[in-house]
Amino acid sequence: MNIDSIHNGYVLDHIKAGRSMDIYRYLKLNELDCSVAIIKNVKSNKMGKKDIIKIDSLIDLDLTVLGYIDPGITINIIRDGQLLEKKPLELPKRIVNIIRCKNPRCITVAEPQLDAIFLLSHKANGKRTYRCAYCDTEHSR
Amino acid sequence: MRHLIDITDLTVQEIDELIATAEDIIANPARYAEVCHGRKLATLFFEPSTRTRLSFEAAMLDLGGKTLGFADAATSSASKGETVGDTVRVVSCYADIIAMRHPKEGAPYAAAQVATVPIINAGDGGHNHPTQTLTDLLTIHRERGSLDNFTIGFCGDLKFGRTVHSLVAALSRCKGIKFVFISPPELRIPDYVKENTLDPLGLPYTEVESMEDAMPELDVLYMTRVQKERFFNEADYLRLRDTYILDPEKLSAAKPEMRILHPLPRVNEITVDVDKDPRACYFKQVANGKFVRMALIMKLLEVHA
Repeated sequence: MNIDSIHNGYVLDHIKAGRSMDIYRYLKLNELDCSVAIIKNVKSNKMGKKDIIKIDSLIDLDLTVLGYIDPGITINIIRDGQLLEKKPLELPKRIVNIIRCKNPRCITVAEPQLDAIFLLSHKANGKRTYRCAYCDTEHSR
Repeated sequence: MRHLIDITDLTVQEIDELIATAEDIIANPARYAEVCHGRKLATLFFEPSTRTRLSFEAAMLDLGGKTLGFADAATSSASKGETVGDTVRVVSCYADIIAMRHPKEGAPYAAAQVATVPIINAGDGGHNHPTQTLTDLLTIHRERGSLDNFTIGFCGDLKFGRTVHSLVAALSRCKGIKFVFISPPELRIPDYVKENTLDPLGLPYTEVESMEDAMPELDVLYMTRVQKERFFNEADYLRLRDTYILDPEKLSAAKPEMRILHPLPRVNEITVDVDKDPRACYFKQVANGKFVRMALIMKLLEVHA
Protein backbone atom coordinates (compact mmCIF):
# COMPACT_ATOMS: atom_id res chain seq x y z
CA MET A 1 0.00 0.00 0.00
CA ASN A 2 1.38 3.42 -0.93
CA ILE A 3 0.74 6.70 0.82
CA ASP A 4 2.22 9.78 -0.84
CA SER A 5 5.12 11.34 1.03
CA ILE A 6 4.35 14.74 2.49
CA HIS A 7 6.06 18.02 1.62
CA ASN A 8 5.33 20.06 4.72
CA GLY A 9 3.84 18.45 7.81
CA TYR A 10 4.24 15.83 10.50
CA VAL A 11 4.86 12.11 10.53
CA LEU A 12 4.01 10.49 13.84
CA ASP A 13 5.92 7.21 13.80
CA HIS A 14 6.31 4.23 16.13
CA ILE A 15 2.75 4.46 17.44
CA LYS A 16 1.78 1.25 19.21
CA ALA A 17 -0.37 -0.80 16.83
CA GLY A 18 -4.03 -0.02 17.42
CA ARG A 19 -3.50 3.34 19.20
CA SER A 20 -3.60 5.63 16.15
CA MET A 21 -7.34 6.31 16.41
CA ASP A 22 -6.91 7.34 20.08
CA ILE A 23 -4.27 9.84 19.00
CA TYR A 24 -6.49 11.01 16.14
CA ARG A 25 -9.14 11.84 18.74
CA TYR A 26 -6.80 13.36 21.37
CA LEU A 27 -5.25 15.68 18.77
CA LYS A 28 -8.68 16.45 17.26
CA LEU A 29 -7.33 15.70 13.79
CA ASN A 30 -10.91 15.39 12.52
CA GLU A 31 -11.11 19.19 12.79
CA LEU A 32 -8.29 19.75 10.26
CA ASP A 33 -8.80 20.72 6.62
CA CYS A 34 -5.55 19.16 5.40
CA SER A 35 -4.95 15.55 4.41
CA VAL A 36 -4.44 13.15 7.30
CA ALA A 37 -3.39 9.55 6.70
CA ILE A 38 -3.72 6.86 9.33
CA ILE A 39 -1.70 3.79 8.50
CA LYS A 40 -2.36 0.82 10.75
CA ASN A 41 -0.46 -2.39 11.37
CA VAL A 42 2.68 -1.42 9.45
CA LYS A 43 5.42 -4.06 9.71
CA SER A 44 8.24 -2.90 11.99
CA ASN A 45 11.53 -4.61 12.81
CA LYS A 46 11.57 -2.96 16.24
CA MET A 47 7.91 -3.24 17.21
CA GLY A 48 6.56 -6.08 15.10
CA LYS A 49 3.58 -3.93 14.13
CA LYS A 50 3.07 -0.20 14.46
CA ASP A 51 0.76 2.60 13.39
CA ILE A 52 1.78 5.80 11.60
CA ILE A 53 -0.09 9.09 11.20
CA LYS A 54 0.85 11.58 8.45
CA ILE A 55 -0.46 15.14 8.63
CA ASP A 56 0.00 17.10 5.40
CA SER A 57 0.42 20.57 6.91
CA LEU A 58 2.65 22.30 9.45
CA ILE A 59 -0.27 23.57 11.44
CA ASP A 60 0.06 24.49 15.10
CA LEU A 61 -0.54 21.22 16.95
CA ASP A 62 -0.17 20.68 20.68
CA LEU A 63 1.85 17.51 20.51
CA THR A 64 2.92 17.53 24.17
CA VAL A 65 0.00 15.30 25.06
CA LEU A 66 1.57 12.52 22.99
CA GLY A 67 4.24 12.21 25.66
CA TYR A 68 1.52 11.17 28.08
CA ILE A 69 -0.25 8.81 25.68
CA ASP A 70 2.88 7.03 24.47
CA PRO A 71 6.38 8.42 25.06
CA GLY A 72 7.73 5.92 22.47
CA ILE A 73 6.20 7.86 19.56
CA THR A 74 8.60 9.67 17.24
CA ILE A 75 7.53 13.03 15.80
CA ASN A 76 9.16 13.86 12.46
CA ILE A 77 8.73 17.41 11.24
CA ILE A 78 8.96 17.69 7.45
CA ARG A 79 9.62 20.97 5.65
CA ASP A 80 10.14 21.28 1.86
CA GLY A 81 10.21 17.50 1.60
CA GLN A 82 13.16 17.22 4.02
CA LEU A 83 13.26 15.94 7.58
CA LEU A 84 13.67 19.17 9.56
CA GLU A 85 13.57 17.78 13.08
CA LYS A 86 12.97 14.60 15.03
CA LYS A 87 11.21 15.79 18.14
CA PRO A 88 11.90 13.79 21.29
CA LEU A 89 8.90 13.27 23.52
CA GLU A 90 8.85 13.79 27.22
CA LEU A 91 6.09 13.58 29.80
CA PRO A 92 4.20 16.90 29.74
CA LYS A 93 4.13 18.87 33.00
CA ARG A 94 0.40 19.53 32.62
CA ILE A 95 -2.35 17.76 30.69
CA VAL A 96 -5.86 19.10 30.27
CA ASN A 97 -9.02 17.14 29.49
CA ILE A 98 -7.21 13.93 28.59
CA ILE A 99 -7.99 11.97 31.74
CA ARG A 100 -10.57 12.50 34.50
CA CYS A 101 -10.16 12.34 38.27
CA LYS A 102 -11.69 9.29 39.91
CA ASN A 103 -11.74 10.64 43.49
CA PRO A 104 -15.44 10.81 44.42
CA ARG A 105 -14.64 13.73 46.75
CA CYS A 106 -13.09 15.83 43.95
CA ILE A 107 -14.95 18.89 42.67
CA THR A 108 -14.34 17.78 39.06
CA VAL A 109 -16.47 14.69 39.71
CA ALA A 110 -19.31 16.79 41.13
CA GLU A 111 -18.93 19.38 38.35
CA PRO A 112 -17.79 17.49 35.25
CA GLN A 113 -17.85 20.60 33.06
CA LEU A 114 -14.65 21.79 34.79
CA ASP A 115 -11.39 21.31 32.89
CA ALA A 116 -9.73 18.12 34.11
CA ILE A 117 -6.19 19.33 34.86
CA PHE A 118 -3.43 16.91 35.87
CA LEU A 119 0.12 17.82 36.87
CA LEU A 120 3.25 15.68 36.62
CA SER A 121 4.49 14.54 40.03
CA HIS A 122 7.72 12.78 40.97
CA LYS A 123 7.61 9.75 43.23
CA ALA A 124 10.35 8.76 45.66
CA ASN A 125 11.09 5.58 43.70
CA GLY A 126 12.03 7.65 40.66
CA LYS A 127 8.77 6.96 38.88
CA ARG A 128 6.58 9.77 37.65
CA THR A 129 2.85 10.04 37.91
CA TYR A 130 0.02 12.47 37.29
CA ARG A 131 -1.99 14.06 40.08
CA CYS A 132 -5.25 15.98 39.85
CA ALA A 133 -4.54 19.73 40.14
CA TYR A 134 -7.70 20.13 42.22
CA CYS A 135 -7.45 17.33 44.81
CA ASP A 136 -3.93 15.83 44.34
CA THR A 137 -5.31 12.33 43.71
CA GLU A 138 -2.97 10.14 41.67
CA HIS A 139 -4.30 8.96 38.34
CA SER A 140 -4.14 5.22 37.85
CA ARG A 141 -4.36 3.99 34.28
CA MET B 1 -4.11 39.45 42.35
CA ARG B 2 -3.15 36.60 44.70
CA HIS B 3 -5.18 33.71 46.06
CA LEU B 4 -4.40 31.37 48.96
CA ILE B 5 -5.46 27.87 47.90
CA ASP B 6 -2.55 25.84 49.22
CA ILE B 7 -0.11 26.89 51.93
CA THR B 8 2.74 26.57 49.42
CA ASP B 9 1.20 29.46 47.48
CA LEU B 10 3.05 31.53 50.10
CA THR B 11 6.84 31.61 50.25
CA VAL B 12 8.60 30.99 53.56
CA GLN B 13 9.46 34.69 53.64
CA GLU B 14 5.81 35.66 53.13
CA ILE B 15 4.76 33.35 55.96
CA ASP B 16 7.39 34.97 58.20
CA GLU B 17 6.00 38.39 57.22
CA LEU B 18 2.41 37.30 58.02
CA ILE B 19 3.52 36.02 61.42
CA ALA B 20 5.35 39.30 62.09
CA THR B 21 2.26 41.31 61.06
CA ALA B 22 0.02 39.15 63.27
CA GLU B 23 2.38 39.69 66.21
CA ASP B 24 2.23 43.44 65.60
CA ILE B 25 -1.59 43.36 65.40
CA ILE B 26 -1.65 41.57 68.78
CA ALA B 27 0.65 44.23 70.26
CA ASN B 28 -0.96 47.27 68.57
CA PRO B 29 -4.57 46.49 67.57
CA ALA B 30 -5.56 50.17 67.30
CA ARG B 31 -3.10 50.72 64.42
CA TYR B 32 -5.11 48.25 62.31
CA ALA B 33 -8.65 49.16 63.32
CA GLU B 34 -9.53 51.02 60.10
CA VAL B 35 -7.14 49.66 57.45
CA CYS B 36 -9.97 47.84 55.61
CA HIS B 37 -12.57 50.59 55.93
CA GLY B 38 -14.93 50.37 52.95
CA ARG B 39 -13.86 46.80 52.03
CA LYS B 40 -16.09 43.72 52.15
CA LEU B 41 -15.25 40.09 52.90
CA ALA B 42 -17.65 37.39 51.64
CA THR B 43 -17.66 34.15 53.62
CA LEU B 44 -19.01 31.35 51.41
CA PHE B 45 -19.37 28.33 53.67
CA PHE B 46 -20.85 25.38 51.81
CA GLU B 47 -20.02 23.23 54.84
CA PRO B 48 -20.62 23.89 58.56
CA SER B 49 -18.01 25.76 60.59
CA THR B 50 -17.90 27.72 63.82
CA ARG B 51 -14.34 28.87 64.40
CA THR B 52 -13.13 29.46 60.88
CA ARG B 53 -16.10 31.48 59.65
CA LEU B 54 -16.44 33.56 62.80
CA SER B 55 -12.69 34.04 62.88
CA PHE B 56 -12.70 35.41 59.32
CA GLU B 57 -15.64 37.66 60.06
CA ALA B 58 -14.14 38.92 63.33
CA ALA B 59 -10.84 39.51 61.52
CA MET B 60 -12.49 41.69 58.86
CA LEU B 61 -14.57 43.58 61.42
CA ASP B 62 -11.47 44.27 63.53
CA LEU B 63 -9.80 45.70 60.40
CA GLY B 64 -12.71 48.12 59.96
CA GLY B 65 -14.28 46.23 57.04
CA LYS B 66 -17.66 44.58 56.58
CA THR B 67 -18.77 41.02 55.92
CA LEU B 68 -21.50 39.20 54.01
CA GLY B 69 -22.09 35.61 53.00
CA PHE B 70 -23.79 32.35 53.91
CA ALA B 71 -23.06 29.64 56.44
CA ASP B 72 -24.91 26.75 54.86
CA ALA B 73 -25.05 25.55 51.24
CA ALA B 74 -28.79 24.96 51.68
CA THR B 75 -29.34 28.73 51.90
CA SER B 76 -27.31 29.47 48.74
CA SER B 77 -27.95 28.88 45.04
CA ALA B 78 -25.76 25.78 45.31
CA SER B 79 -28.95 24.06 46.50
CA LYS B 80 -30.45 24.88 43.08
CA GLY B 81 -27.51 23.30 41.31
CA GLU B 82 -25.38 26.38 40.71
CA THR B 83 -21.71 25.59 40.11
CA VAL B 84 -18.94 26.85 42.35
CA GLY B 85 -17.60 28.90 39.44
CA ASP B 86 -20.90 30.70 38.85
CA THR B 87 -21.39 31.40 42.56
CA VAL B 88 -17.92 32.90 42.79
CA ARG B 89 -18.36 34.99 39.63
CA VAL B 90 -21.51 36.46 41.18
CA VAL B 91 -20.02 37.10 44.61
CA SER B 92 -16.95 38.71 43.00
CA CYS B 93 -19.34 41.52 41.98
CA TYR B 94 -20.29 42.20 45.61
CA ALA B 95 -17.16 41.62 47.69
CA ASP B 96 -13.47 42.57 47.63
CA ILE B 97 -12.23 39.20 48.91
CA ILE B 98 -13.79 35.74 49.41
CA ALA B 99 -13.14 33.13 52.10
CA MET B 100 -14.61 29.83 50.97
CA ARG B 101 -15.19 26.44 52.58
CA HIS B 102 -16.49 23.56 50.50
CA PRO B 103 -16.93 19.82 51.13
CA LYS B 104 -15.49 18.93 47.72
CA GLU B 105 -11.72 18.77 47.37
CA GLY B 106 -10.32 21.34 44.95
CA ALA B 107 -13.42 23.57 44.97
CA PRO B 108 -11.39 26.70 45.93
CA TYR B 109 -8.93 25.91 43.11
CA ALA B 110 -11.89 25.80 40.70
CA ALA B 111 -13.16 29.08 42.18
CA ALA B 112 -9.79 30.76 41.73
CA GLN B 113 -9.84 30.01 37.98
CA VAL B 114 -12.78 32.40 37.48
CA ALA B 115 -12.81 34.80 40.46
CA THR B 116 -12.01 38.46 39.93
CA VAL B 117 -11.20 38.98 43.63
CA PRO B 118 -8.79 37.03 45.88
CA ILE B 119 -9.99 33.60 47.04
CA ILE B 120 -8.95 32.18 50.41
CA ASN B 121 -9.35 28.43 50.89
CA ALA B 122 -11.06 28.06 54.27
CA GLY B 123 -11.02 24.26 53.98
CA ASP B 124 -11.83 21.94 51.06
CA GLY B 125 -13.07 18.53 52.13
CA GLY B 126 -10.28 16.38 53.53
CA HIS B 127 -7.70 18.13 51.37
CA ASN B 128 -6.23 21.44 52.59
CA HIS B 129 -6.83 24.15 55.17
CA PRO B 130 -4.06 26.74 54.74
CA THR B 131 -5.39 29.41 57.13
CA GLN B 132 -5.52 26.83 59.94
CA THR B 133 -1.88 26.21 59.09
CA LEU B 134 -1.07 29.91 59.45
CA THR B 135 -2.83 29.74 62.82
CA ASP B 136 -0.77 26.70 63.82
CA LEU B 137 2.47 28.33 62.69
CA LEU B 138 1.75 31.53 64.61
CA THR B 139 0.96 29.46 67.70
CA ILE B 140 4.14 27.38 67.43
CA HIS B 141 6.15 30.55 66.82
CA ARG B 142 4.67 32.30 69.85
CA GLU B 143 5.13 29.26 72.08
CA ARG B 144 8.60 28.20 70.95
CA GLY B 145 10.03 31.48 69.65
CA SER B 146 10.95 29.89 66.30
CA LEU B 147 9.67 27.59 63.57
CA ASP B 148 12.90 25.59 63.29
CA ASN B 149 14.48 22.54 64.94
CA PHE B 150 11.80 20.50 66.67
CA THR B 151 10.03 17.14 66.50
CA ILE B 152 6.31 17.24 65.81
CA GLY B 153 3.92 14.32 66.19
CA PHE B 154 0.68 14.29 64.21
CA CYS B 155 -1.87 11.99 65.81
CA GLY B 156 -5.26 10.65 64.70
CA ASP B 157 -6.86 10.96 61.29
CA LEU B 158 -3.92 11.81 59.07
CA LYS B 159 -5.66 10.61 55.90
CA PHE B 160 -8.56 13.07 55.85
CA GLY B 161 -6.99 15.61 58.23
CA ARG B 162 -6.65 18.58 55.89
CA THR B 163 -4.99 20.69 58.59
CA VAL B 164 -2.28 18.03 58.88
CA HIS B 165 -1.56 18.00 55.14
CA SER B 166 -1.19 21.78 55.01
CA LEU B 167 0.94 22.00 58.17
CA VAL B 168 3.31 19.27 56.97
CA ALA B 169 3.75 21.16 53.69
CA ALA B 170 4.52 24.39 55.56
CA LEU B 171 6.91 22.86 58.10
CA SER B 172 8.76 20.93 55.39
CA ARG B 173 10.26 24.26 54.35
CA CYS B 174 11.53 25.04 57.86
CA LYS B 175 14.90 23.86 59.18
CA GLY B 176 15.48 20.80 61.34
CA ILE B 177 11.90 19.47 61.57
CA LYS B 178 11.37 15.78 62.32
CA PHE B 179 7.90 14.36 61.65
CA VAL B 180 6.26 11.50 63.54
CA PHE B 181 2.94 10.30 62.09
CA ILE B 182 0.81 8.45 64.64
CA SER B 183 -2.28 6.79 63.16
CA PRO B 184 -4.05 3.50 62.58
CA PRO B 185 -3.14 1.89 59.22
CA GLU B 186 -6.47 2.97 57.70
CA LEU B 187 -5.86 6.67 58.42
CA ARG B 188 -2.20 7.02 57.45
CA ILE B 189 -0.85 10.19 55.89
CA PRO B 190 -1.62 10.12 52.12
CA ASP B 191 1.08 9.10 49.68
CA TYR B 192 0.89 12.43 47.90
CA VAL B 193 1.98 14.29 51.05
CA LYS B 194 5.02 12.03 51.29
CA GLU B 195 5.75 12.06 47.56
CA ASN B 196 5.20 15.76 46.94
CA THR B 197 6.53 17.16 50.18
CA LEU B 198 8.73 14.93 52.32
CA ASP B 199 10.51 12.54 49.97
CA PRO B 200 11.83 15.10 47.44
CA LEU B 201 13.47 17.01 50.30
CA GLY B 202 14.72 13.87 52.05
CA LEU B 203 13.01 14.93 55.28
CA PRO B 204 13.03 12.51 58.21
CA TYR B 205 9.71 10.99 59.20
CA THR B 206 8.40 7.89 60.92
CA GLU B 207 4.95 6.28 60.84
CA VAL B 208 3.87 4.57 64.06
CA GLU B 209 0.67 3.34 65.67
CA SER B 210 1.47 3.92 69.36
CA MET B 211 0.99 7.40 70.79
CA GLU B 212 2.60 6.32 74.08
CA ASP B 213 5.82 5.17 72.40
CA ALA B 214 6.18 8.38 70.44
CA MET B 215 5.29 10.78 73.27
CA PRO B 216 8.71 11.22 75.01
CA GLU B 217 10.48 12.53 71.90
CA LEU B 218 7.86 15.11 70.86
CA ASP B 219 8.27 18.88 71.17
CA VAL B 220 4.84 19.50 69.63
CA LEU B 221 1.88 17.09 69.60
CA TYR B 222 -0.74 17.92 66.96
CA MET B 223 -3.94 16.03 67.82
CA THR B 224 -6.77 15.61 65.30
CA ARG B 225 -10.35 14.43 65.39
CA VAL B 226 -11.50 11.38 63.44
CA GLN B 227 -14.02 13.18 61.23
CA LYS B 228 -17.34 11.42 60.87
CA GLU B 229 -18.22 13.51 57.80
CA ARG B 230 -15.28 12.10 55.80
CA PHE B 231 -16.45 8.48 56.02
CA PHE B 232 -18.80 6.91 53.51
CA ASN B 233 -19.28 4.00 55.90
CA GLU B 234 -20.38 4.71 59.50
CA ALA B 235 -19.08 1.34 60.71
CA ASP B 236 -15.52 2.39 59.76
CA TYR B 237 -15.95 5.67 61.65
CA LEU B 238 -17.22 3.94 64.78
CA ARG B 239 -14.36 1.46 64.69
CA LEU B 240 -11.68 4.15 64.41
CA ARG B 241 -12.98 7.13 66.37
CA ASP B 242 -11.64 6.10 69.80
CA THR B 243 -8.20 4.95 68.67
CA TYR B 244 -6.33 7.80 70.38
CA ILE B 245 -7.44 9.64 73.50
CA LEU B 246 -4.98 12.00 75.14
CA ASP B 247 -5.36 12.12 78.91
CA PRO B 248 -3.15 13.25 81.82
CA GLU B 249 -1.74 9.76 82.27
CA LYS B 250 -0.45 9.56 78.69
CA LEU B 251 0.76 13.14 78.99
CA SER B 252 2.92 12.22 81.98
CA ALA B 253 5.47 10.71 79.57
CA ALA B 254 5.78 13.95 77.58
CA LYS B 255 8.46 16.61 77.88
CA PRO B 256 7.55 19.41 80.30
CA GLU B 257 7.92 21.97 77.50
CA MET B 258 5.95 20.00 74.89
CA ARG B 259 3.04 21.90 73.34
CA ILE B 260 -0.34 20.34 72.46
CA LEU B 261 -2.16 21.73 69.44
CA HIS B 262 -5.53 20.76 67.99
CA PRO B 263 -7.41 22.50 65.17
CA LEU B 264 -10.71 21.94 67.01
CA PRO B 265 -13.51 20.99 67.26
CA ARG B 266 -12.55 18.16 69.55
CA VAL B 267 -14.88 15.31 70.38
CA ASN B 268 -13.20 12.98 72.86
CA GLU B 269 -9.63 12.72 71.61
CA ILE B 270 -8.39 15.10 74.33
CA THR B 271 -10.02 14.70 77.74
CA VAL B 272 -11.18 17.96 79.33
CA ASP B 273 -8.82 17.55 82.29
CA VAL B 274 -5.92 18.15 79.88
CA ASP B 275 -7.24 21.68 79.26
CA LYS B 276 -5.71 23.04 82.47
CA ASP B 277 -2.27 21.60 81.68
CA PRO B 278 0.04 24.50 80.73
CA ARG B 279 1.14 22.51 77.68
CA ALA B 280 -2.38 22.71 76.19
CA CYS B 281 -2.39 25.43 73.52
CA TYR B 282 -5.54 24.69 71.50
CA PHE B 283 -7.58 27.58 72.84
CA LYS B 284 -4.64 29.92 72.29
CA GLN B 285 -4.71 28.70 68.66
CA VAL B 286 -8.28 29.94 68.33
CA ALA B 287 -7.28 33.43 69.43
CA ASN B 288 -4.22 33.43 67.18
CA GLY B 289 -6.38 32.41 64.20
CA LYS B 290 -8.14 35.76 64.07
CA PHE B 291 -4.90 37.74 64.14
CA VAL B 292 -3.18 35.79 61.40
CA ARG B 293 -6.32 35.99 59.23
CA MET B 294 -6.26 39.76 59.72
CA ALA B 295 -2.68 39.76 58.45
CA LEU B 296 -3.66 37.55 55.48
CA ILE B 297 -6.65 39.70 54.48
CA MET B 298 -4.40 42.77 54.54
CA LYS B 299 -1.79 41.05 52.38
CA LEU B 300 -4.26 39.82 49.76
CA LEU B 301 -6.05 43.20 49.64
CA GLU B 302 -2.65 44.91 49.53
CA VAL B 303 -3.47 47.30 52.36
CA HIS B 304 -1.03 48.48 54.99
CA ALA B 305 -1.22 49.96 58.46
